Amino acid sequence: MSSNSPNIEKTLLIDGAGCASCVGKIEGALLEVTGVQKASMNFAQRTVLVTGDVVDHDLIRAVESVGYQASFVDENDQDLLDEKEKSEAVYYSRLMREMTIALSLGVPLMIYGLFIGEMTVSTNMERIAWAIVGLLTLGIMYFSGRHFYIGAWKSFQNHSANMDTLIALGTGTAWIYSMVVVFAPDAVPLMARHVYFEATAMIIGLIDLGLALEIKARGRTSEAIKRLIGLQPKNARVIRDGEEIDIPIEDVALDDQLRIRPGEKIPVDGIVIEGSTSVDESMLTGEPMPVEKAAGDEVVAGTINKSGTVIFKAIRVGKDTALAQIIEMVKRAQNSKPSIGRLADVISGYFVPVVMIIAILSALAWLNFGPAPAVAFAIVSATTVLIIACPCALGLATPMSVMVGVGKAAEAGVLIRNGEALQTASQISAMILDKTGTITEGSPQVTEIQLTGDHKEEDILRLAASLESGSEHPLALSIVESAKAQGFTLSKVTNFNAIAGHGVEGEVDGSTLLFGNEKLMEERSISINHHIADAQRMASEAQTPMYLAINGQLAAIIAVSDPIKKDSVEAVKRLQANGIRVVMLTGDNRATAKAVAEKVGITEFVAEVLPEDKSNKIEELQAQGEIVGMTGDGINDAPALAQANVGFAIGTGTDVAIESADITLMRGSLHGLADAIAISKATLRNIKQNLFGAFIYNVAGIPFAAGVLYPFFGLLLSPVIAGAAMAFSSLTVVSNANRLRLFKASGH
Amino acid sequence: MLIINLIGFVLIGLIIWWFWLYKPGTTAVTKGTVPITVENGVYSPAQVRVQAGEPIILSFVRKDSSPCSAIVQFDDLGFSEELPLNKAREIKFESLTPGKYPFSCQMQMYRGELIVEGQSDE
Repeated sequence: MSSNSPNIEKTLLIDGAGCASCVGKIEGALLEVTGVQKASMNFAQRTVLVTGDVVDHDLIRAVESVGYQASFVDENDQDLLDEKEKSEAVYYSRLMREMTIALSLGVPLMIYGLFIGEMTVSTNMERIAWAIVGLLTLGIMYFSGRHFYIGAWKSFQNHSANMDTLIALGTGTAWIYSMVVVFAPDAVPLMARHVYFEATAMIIGLIDLGLALEIKARGRTSEAIKRLIGLQPKNARVIRDGEEIDIPIEDVALDDQLRIRPGEKIPVDGIVIEGSTSVDESMLTGEPMPVEKAAGDEVVAGTINKSGTVIFKAIRVGKDTALAQIIEMVKRAQNSKPSIGRLADVISGYFVPVVMIIAILSALAWLNFGPAPAVAFAIVSATTVLIIACPCALGLATPMSVMVGVGKAAEAGVLIRNGEALQTASQISAMILDKTGTITEGSPQVTEIQLTGDHKEEDILRLAASLESGSEHPLALSIVESAKAQGFTLSKVTNFNAIAGHGVEGEVDGSTLLFGNEKLMEERSISINHHIADAQRMASEAQTPMYLAINGQLAAIIAVSDPIKKDSVEAVKRLQANGIRVVMLTGDNRATAKAVAEKVGITEFVAEVLPEDKSNKIEELQAQGEIVGMTGDGINDAPALAQANVGFAIGTGTDVAIESADITLMRGSLHGLADAIAISKATLRNIKQNLFGAFIYNVAGIPFAAGVLYPFFGLLLSPVIAGAAMAFSSLTVVSNANRLRLFKASGH
Repeated sequence: MLIINLIGFVLIGLIIWWFWLYKPGTTAVTKGTVPITVENGVYSPAQVRVQAGEPIILSFVRKDSSPCSAIVQFDDLGFSEELPLNKAREIKFESLTPGKYPFSCQMQMYRGELIVEGQSDE
């Protein structure tokens, strides 16, 4: 029931309450705040439950005024969800009850009218009988339809009109006319003495039924978010003072040590400190293969421990866990609206008054030009116009599909920032892929060292690694790691200097080192002529050759290769099959770029791009009229991601680059990208179907209800049919959106 | 018949005036926290007037169990918020530039407006 006595409960967390005598003081202060009906403190938990219709800040101020600190308890998503479902269940059963009452009068009346007798008033007996039915209908209007009339009146006072207005006017018109026929039959022509009580009762019942079914259908649209929320376990097993205790998840603190056994859900984000296991992260990343975890690896809340027992340290808890942030982001995105829905919003804004005007015009047309009994025709057509019009279907068309589409994407490990990103993603005509880490694994390894001087291979690797130890480039990292893997101790580097897009220089063990690409060597006049062919051969094998010069002499070419992700080829094919122009960008040299591009089937690529030039390249494509998507790692590529129409950050596992991108792909595979595009296209198609359906329904339904077909075919719609059509039109929209749940992005 | 037609057109005129042409009287400028009740198809108050540069908190309390009212969206500001039933949900605006910021439910049935006024010349 929508109650008039507000029963809002709020829980305050009190800080600084050290003695039981504080209880009275705090409760007293809270009770003085306007609107507070009850305040009861639980001293053990340091919380106060406040009941009443109040403003949060007044409560906090009141507690502060008596010398304590107060804050609101963050409600967890599960509780909010449970509450929402509970209130919806209550609302559903209320609507079903109201529907049953209304139809239990409406259906017999309609059967009578159709098969048994005339619903006309001619004798006094009939007048009495219909008067009783009229009063019963009034009862229905009160018990089953009160909310329409209250809503209509409130919004009327507010100079606005909504669906309630239409239903109230439609059913009200039918009822009032019928009552006039009963009580003042002489006011209407003999032929028009027909009552429409069955219409009023049926319409109220059918619309209540439609609303109830719509609630059920709406529930299904949020299944994805419910599943995400359900991933969060309720308890955690922490080790405190050498003992394992089970505590509620909210009480887990940072740096707590937690133990997880096989088959259990990981409760908070953390770093493994003992043991090893494999973890199923598919619920978050969409990646079906379990991920191996050992000491030093990160585990995230909501994923499932498969095989071993591990102890890990909590590094993110509560609202900070990756799962909590994902839930928050999905929720926000689900409630946001892409611009395609704007027009429908504008139309909805004018819709109801326009329909009211059409209803009047239609009545006037019947009165002026209609056949006898014109009054009856006028009333029927006006009522039918009011009832058949459904602004709701128009308004629901976009949000329902976005809700399902964004949820569907989340299930595939694709996080969409908002409705606009979803819409733009569906229109992408060109996709730029960064090479390293996007098409390739992003973990290059040293594959070949070609000596060109008198240095030994070990020395070369050790010197190069020492020099690169100051650099953050992924290629540098691969060299440092190779050297470490071979057990070399690195020396200290001095005068280190990174030359963007070219390489690095510095001094190690008294030698001046220069390490980088062909351009760098040319600039510093280091002769590489005899070795270019070797380098080209390496590049053509998709390796990246780098030159190392020691004291001005070329000493070696070190080739590093970054393996292509195993499903990149197929994912690129999927993108191209969608008619998307795929372009690869890389800072790497042309020959290597060409080799990688060929391997994955990309014909268009730009090599030797400086980081800052990536966004220029995007601008260039945009100037050609392309809608450009950019896929990169989210950190180095942030400016390019921002320049693109849609920026995709490709994550590794659950390391979510939530901040920088429009769309975050939680698994490393490019299939996530193809899935994202497929889902966005499917969602937009669904929205268009919905908008088109809702629009056509109204555009065709209203004139039909007004009776435009009558002069040609003698057809005039019954208000009851209009009520059924209207109730089921919004249900159809929600159900069509639900169809999206069955959509399969073909990458799995 | 003439009279009936006349009544019809007067009604149409009234509809146009009441729903579109009517300009609501200016509401007083408010500060701090503004409670807004969401019930029976309307936000009350449906119009909130504030001074630019001052932080404002809109505290929405939804008392209507219909799911239509469960989300309030600020289209021009590009965000929306879910409103739990019978619980206050506060939305804080740090400092808005002068202008009109309409808010509505997803179906544009509930409509309200946050009006931010430029610095007054007091």
